[in-house]
Order: sequence, then structure tokens, then C-alpha cells
Amino acid sequence: MTLSSKNPPASSALAGSAQTRRTSPFLRQVARIVDWPMAALQRLIGERRMPYVFLLPNLFFFGLFVFVPIAINFWYSVTGGPALFPSERPYVGSGQYSYLFECGSYADPSSCREDHFWRGVYNTVTFSFFQVVAMVGLSLLTAVVLNMKIKGRGFFRAVYFFPVLLSPVVVALIWKWILQRDGILNAWITAMGGDRVLFLTEPTWAMFWAIFVSVWSHMGFYTLILLAGLQAIPSDIYEAAEMDATPRWRVFWRLTLPLLWPNLVVVIVLALIRAVQTFDEVFVLTGGGPGTSTLMVVQYIYETAFSNQVQNFGLAAAASVVLGIVLFALTLAQLAYTQRKSS
Amino acid sequence: MSIATIVTARRDAKSWHWTDIAAYAYLILGVFLMFGPVLWLGLSSFKTQASLLEFPPSLLPMSQKEVTLPGFPQPLPLFTVTMEDGSSRVLAQVRRVGIQAQMVDPADPTQQFRVAIDKRVPVREFALATENYTEPLERFAFPQFLANSVFVTVVATLITLLINSMAAYALSIYEFKGKNAAMLAVIGTLMIPITIILVPVYLVVTKLGLVNSLWAVILPGAATPTGVFLLRQYMLTLPRDLIEAARMDKASEWQIYWRIVMPLTLPALAVLTIFSIMWRWNEFLWPLAVLTKTEVYTLQIGLNAFQGELQTQWQYLLAMTVMTLTPVAVVFVFLQRFITTGIANTGMK
Repeated sequence: MTLSSKNPPASSALAGSAQTRRTSPFLRQVARIVDWPMAALQRLIGERRMPYVFLLPNLFFFGLFVFVPIAINFWYSVTGGPALFPSERPYVGSGQYSYLFECGSYADPSSCREDHFWRGVYNTVTFSFFQVVAMVGLSLLTAVVLNMKIKGRGFFRAVYFFPVLLSPVVVALIWKWILQRDGILNAWITAMGGDRVLFLTEPTWAMFWAIFVSVWSHMGFYTLILLAGLQAIPSDIYEAAEMDATPRWRVFWRLTLPLLWPNLVVVIVLALIRAVQTFDEVFVLTGGGPGTSTLMVVQYIYETAFSNQVQNFGLAAAASVVLGIVLFALTLAQLAYTQRKSS
Repeated sequence: MSIATIVTARRDAKSWHWTDIAAYAYLILGVFLMFGPVLWLGLSSFKTQASLLEFPPSLLPMSQKEVTLPGFPQPLPLFTVTMEDGSSRVLAQVRRVGIQAQMVDPADPTQQFRVAIDKRVPVREFALATENYTEPLERFAFPQFLANSVFVTVVATLITLLINSMAAYALSIYEFKGKNAAMLAVIGTLMIPITIILVPVYLVVTKLGLVNSLWAVILPGAATPTGVFLLRQYMLTLPRDLIEAARMDKASEWQIYWRIVMPLTLPALAVLTIFSIMWRWNEFLWPLAVLTKTEVYTLQIGLNAFQGELQTQWQYLLAMTVMTLTPVAVVFVFLQRFITTGIANTGMK
């Protein structure tokens, strides 16, 4: 963190209370009410056990909403039936997994028992590949451009960054409005003498726009990380290269890229982890359609568990365990890489 | 200073390299691509339903000019008509009969004309259809969604700030048994997004009796590993003598946390506040799974439901989209520096 930390005068131990005096009377009142029971608690259990008290609320929430659910998720994935409560679910062993993986040929999703899952897998792989390539390429290009000696850098950085803050629903609706049959893009195409294209109801176009919109809304985030990496490269290296009159592309290829490589790996893995979990924008933009041509794995899980006529919690859990393993492997790969780098 | 001099000025007075020109070209294309769609949304949201259905669409919100004439109860639309003698004049249309339109002169309403409909062009003026914004507030549950989103965002952010800063305080200031295990637990949760534990979290929420309550959205994401990390990193930089001195003065551990450490951690708390507001305001998948009754919809879920129902009423949908993105845009304009340094430093969002 490089946020400026104002070093307080260490002379007065109650420097903090000087700060509290400026807060509202209401907050001070609350603080006073909480002070007393917490002090009593400390007298009761002793100072050494206080860290556990501070940790407790957070760990309670982690336990209740992360650790317990992970365990139950495994149980769901080995049990069947429509019941929500685990005790009412009959054990089926690896039944859900074998159902999920039952395929005539893995190359052809329509030969699978659970063809929507495999469509989701294929779409997610296609989506992730092109999305990550485009995302990393464009973020790198943008970061390099923003790192040049240009006027109005702050403004341009903000321009590329602001879609990151927009909600996925808003992003999808903005583009849906542009891409619709009578939208402005089709108006341009017809003005140029072309024919209207049904961008969101033609499978290949729908996938293209799903990728495009996703890159549009998230690339500012990765640009920012890469820009921070570029700015961390000491400028005297560049000055030396400039003295030698090294061509710019060569400076980029031989100096910038190798020095930026660790950041680039982080960005690639991060982008991949996010891409594999894509749901929101694509769901609102295309609804997974036309047909199943932009159906992603997460949408399959969501629909299997919550929006199908028969809620199949077991199958959804099995699919999410598979997804979890993929994410875990990706995270481990990143950790292994950063460990190797730092040692 | 003119725009040309701003653009052509360079920090060093060296000549232009072609990459400089390419860079500016790329950046200007970027402004167009990134801002354009949002601008188009904003312009479109002020158009009337009729002008939204036009193809090709007009750039600015335009609507047909109308006049109220004596003897006609309804306001009449104005058209520019090409007369048989080739001259053109502005007439008001009384009614349309087949391919003929019955029209009157606004200056003299008794004078009537019969005009072929392909001989007339509507007279249009710039007009903002503000009813797109006011009507959803009255006709739909939009204010309810807004209130729900505000409630979720505010309460969740307060809880997140409190419990995450408590955990960060414990993990940065103290040495205690099980500290490493606790750190590991926090790191572990970083790897478990809600996408892969959707079903069991739903079960937990059901067991707690919280389905279709806003607390079901607030509680599961309240403890965030990102928040704990961010605050812990910052608290590690605080001077330890300050805490020791407070202990000498018989301050309780809670007082040290609340009165000394928290005020000093304000910059990091500010970053977490902005992140939390962003996460909560924009959250989609989990609320979609757990909120099934309209009364508890958040803005995002409500907007998604509208886009299914209001397919032919884009004017409301666009206006509601603008209203949903406005708070985020305002936050961005004022806190841009905070947000970008926060992300650049933590690599998280």
C-alpha cells in the first residue's frame, strides 16, 4: 500500500481520541456503549484471548457461508432427488458425476446425456480463450500507450477505466440497445449500403459480441494493473536505451516486455479465472442464446439449480465441483509461478 | 489555449515520432468506443417511444411539433407539406384517411386541405421526454428496488467495514496461537467464489429463514478476504509504540482498536468502502438466485426482470438503466483517484 499514512505524534498515547473528538456525538455515544462490555469481556477472559474475539465475527461468517457450504456441496454432488435438505437426500455415490460425464463422444456435446453442460463447457472454453487473448492484448496496448509521454493521461485513463464500475446488467443493456435489429450499429451498416445483421440472434455474432462486451467492460481493470507495472520500471533503463538510439519497437520487445512479464502472467491468470466464471453480462445480453450458443457453465449451474422446472441441486453441485477444481488448478498455477519468481 | 495547441504540445520539444500519432489516434478511438455507447444510452433515454421505434434513429431526442387550435380538442401534429404547385407550407393534420390526410392551416383553421401522405414530412423539434424518468417512478416498483439496493449497499458496507477491520486488527497487531491457521482460512476463501457454492449457500440461507429477505443478500458476502487483506496490509504499517503507549495508559484492547487504530486506518477504510459499495450495488448472480419476490428485488434484478417484460417499452428500460448507473458515475467522478490507486495497489476489485 502506498496510500499516504499520516504518522501520528507518538508522544501522546491518546492521539486517537483526538481523532474521535472530531467524530459525531452519535458515534461517540455508540463507542462509549460498546467500550464498557468489551472492557468487561477483556477482564473476564484476559488480554491474551482478545484477538480471538476480534477474529470471531469474520470467521463465523466465513464458516457459515464458505466452509460449511463447501462441505455440503460435496454431499449434494453425491446425493440425488429434488429435496433441498441434505438429510432427505438419498446417497447415489458418483451417480451425478457419471451422469454429467456420460457422452457418446466428448467432441460432440449433442451426444452427451447432459448436453447443456457440455455446450456450456465448449462455449466457456471458446469464450475464455478469445476473451483472454483480446483482453490481455488490448490492456497491454492501452497500458503502453498510456505510459507514453502524452497530454491528458489522467483523462484517457479514466475513459478506459470507467466501464469497470458499471454493473453487468447496465453494460449488457447498453450494448443490447446498440446491437438490436433497429439499433444504431445496424443504422450505420445500412447507411453504408450493407444489410442489417441480427447480431444477437445469430450464433457466431452472439458469441463475438459476448466476448466484445466482456472485454469492453473489464479491460480498464487490467490496463490499470499493467500500467502500474510499467510505471514501476525504472526510467534510467529507457534513458540508456534512448542514448543508444535503440528503435522503439526494440526497446519494447527487449526491455519493456521482459520486465513486465511477471505482471502479465498475473493478469493472464486473473483474466482466465474471471472468464471461466462469466455469467452476468452474457446472461443479460443473450440469455445464453440463440439456442445454447452462448450458454456458459455458470449459467448451466444456475439454471439447473434454480430456474428449471425440476430443481436438480445434485447435478448443479457436481458441475460446480468440476468448475471449482478448474479454478483451483488455475490459482495453484499462479501461486506456483509467483513462488518460483520470488525464490 | 486552443485544443490544437494542447494536442500538439509535447513535454519535450522533440519532433513527432509516428508512434506518438498512432497513440493519439488510438486514444481518440478509445474515447469514442468507451464513451460513445454510454452517451448513446443517455441520448436515447430522452426519446419518446415513437422516436425510439424510428429507423434509422435520430442522433438527438426529437419529437414532432404539435399545435393546439381553436375548435380542435386534441393538439394537432405539424407537417411540412409539399403543395401541388411545388411550394411548401406548414400544416396541422386533423386526421388521416387511408393514403390521404386532412389538414388545416394553423394560421387559419377554417382553411382545409386534402394531402397525399407521402407529400408531408413531420416538423420536429429538440425535446426531452422526461416522462421516461418520471413515469417508471410512479408505474413500476422502481422506487422500491432503489430503496432495496440502497439498504443492501449501506448495511452490507457497514458490516463489512466493522468485521473485516476487527479481523485485520487481530491479524496485524497480535501474536497468538492459531494466527497462521486463521490467515490460511482467509486466503482459502479468496479462492472460493460464490459461483461454485451457490446451492449450499442457498441451503444455509433457507435454514436461517432468510430466503426472499434482503439479509440473504447482505450476510453471505459480509466477510471478504479482500477487505481483510487490504486493511491488514495497512495496519501493519502503523507504529507499534503508539499501541504500547495506549496499553500503558490502561486503554482496553477494544479502545485501542476503535479509538486509535481505526482512525489511523481511514485511508484504507475509504478504499474498502468504495469497493464494497461497488460490489454490492452491482451484485447480480447471488441476488438473482435468492430473491424471487418482486418486493425484495434489488435494482439489478429489477432491471433484468424489466428487460424481459418491457421488450417493447425501451423508453422506460433506458431511463431506468441511466438511473441505475448514475450513482456509480457520480462516485467515479469524485473518487476516481482513490479507486484507481486502490486497484493498482491491491490488484483486486
